[in-house]
Amino acid sequence: MDPLLFERLAQAVEEAVREAEIVLPPDVETALRRATDRETNPVARGEFANILDNLLKARDLRVPICQDTGIPVVYLTVPPTVPVTAELYDAVAAGIRRATRSVPLRPNGVDPISRENSGDNTGAGLPPVHVVPGNVLRVMVLPKGAGSENMSQIRMMMPSQVSDIPRFVVDVVMTAGARPCPPVVVGVGIGGTFDGAAALAKEALLERIDSMDAYEQEICDAINALGIGPMGLGGDTTALAVKVKRGFCHTASLPVAVNIQCWCCRRGVREVVL
Amino acid sequence: MIRLSTPLGAEVLDLRAGDRVLLSGTIYTARDEAHLKILEDGFPFDPAGAVLYHCGPVVDTERNVIVAAGPTTSARMNGLTAPMIDAGVRSLIGKGGMSAEVREALSGRAVYFVFTGGCAALAASCMELVDCHYPELGMAEAVWEIRVRDMPLVVGIDAHGRDLFEDVARSVRERYDQLRL
Repeated sequence: MDPLLFERLAQAVEEAVREAEIVLPPDVETALRRATDRETNPVARGEFANILDNLLKARDLRVPICQDTGIPVVYLTVPPTVPVTAELYDAVAAGIRRATRSVPLRPNGVDPISRENSGDNTGAGLPPVHVVPGNVLRVMVLPKGAGSENMSQIRMMMPSQVSDIPRFVVDVVMTAGARPCPPVVVGVGIGGTFDGAAALAKEALLERIDSMDAYEQEICDAINALGIGPMGLGGDTTALAVKVKRGFCHTASLPVAVNIQCWCCRRGVREVVL
Repeated sequence: MIRLSTPLGAEVLDLRAGDRVLLSGTIYTARDEAHLKILEDGFPFDPAGAVLYHCGPVVDTERNVIVAAGPTTSARMNGLTAPMIDAGVRSLIGKGGMSAEVREALSGRAVYFVFTGGCAALAASCMELVDCHYPELGMAEAVWEIRVRDMPLVVGIDAHGRDLFEDVARSVRERYDQLRL
């Protein structure tokens, strides 16, 4: 890989992480403001006031919105002119290491068994990099916090249980309760394989949350009828949005994955000049 | 809004679940490892009237400032909390609520405050770093001594056994049973 391109890609990753950590995407902030305006519970109104105040403070002070700066999940759109080599992955990891120092990020990456921390948010399989073909070289970073990730679930449902999918999603959010920092965004992956459903659920979290189709809206309304509210203290909004992604699956399978995201639904995007 | 300052005393007994509070004074971060260390080696500060904050902050150690310091999930400290209250700790700050065992330990003595999860910049903006105890535990797990000014909190569990999280969970179960999907 051209060393200058390596440098530009690493820099784009660093900048995408910084943007994601400090400023929420406009559609997420709009969803939070709408939920604030609708909220009738006084404790919940206080929680929303803190959340909106926090967004302003993070932007003004140029500091991360949340101290759990997450695990960086990277989606890379790669044009035909850029070969997918090991260096491409190295450049992404270099960008993550730089962001860890410069933003700064909390070093969250550890060996799963020894729990030893690498100190720079990289390691075996970290960051995960998902490569998709496209026309431009573009990096999208989804920093994923553990509080919400830990509340995610996958179920291998039976093909006869299609109508039970909404209830499964509601069950996952109810079981999570206060723990994933509601109001949450719910990514749902339906179909594919065991691993594919989980990947779809995470990709669903990359989508804008200011619109939902009828299916997504129905599930979202059911979740909000529970009244868990911001931080689980009760209130009208428990989910800001439900986003569903589907993939073809085996005729004998129905994998369904639910990936929960906290209200701090971070995304950062940068395009790399070739 | 009720204003409180540390060290806390019997005034915490007047608080009721759902009350909004602005807290000023000194607080100490403590996550799992810090609790275990305190149980083994003792408090690196006077626990009488103290406030423990369930938090693993991002600290700029070169400039000695708190960069981000929102709360972590308190439930991980459920089994480690009663001895803290026995030692005189008057309040905990965290997110997500705590167990019935903690509710009992708090009874007549202390309260559990909730600080809005994810609001790390808001937290940092009302904090001043004072000291670091047990630094060998690493940035997230060390005990950071912090001076706060008007930290906005909600009483999650009061000293009279009322628990906002338990109230909400009960009502959520009732509403779930009425869902038509």
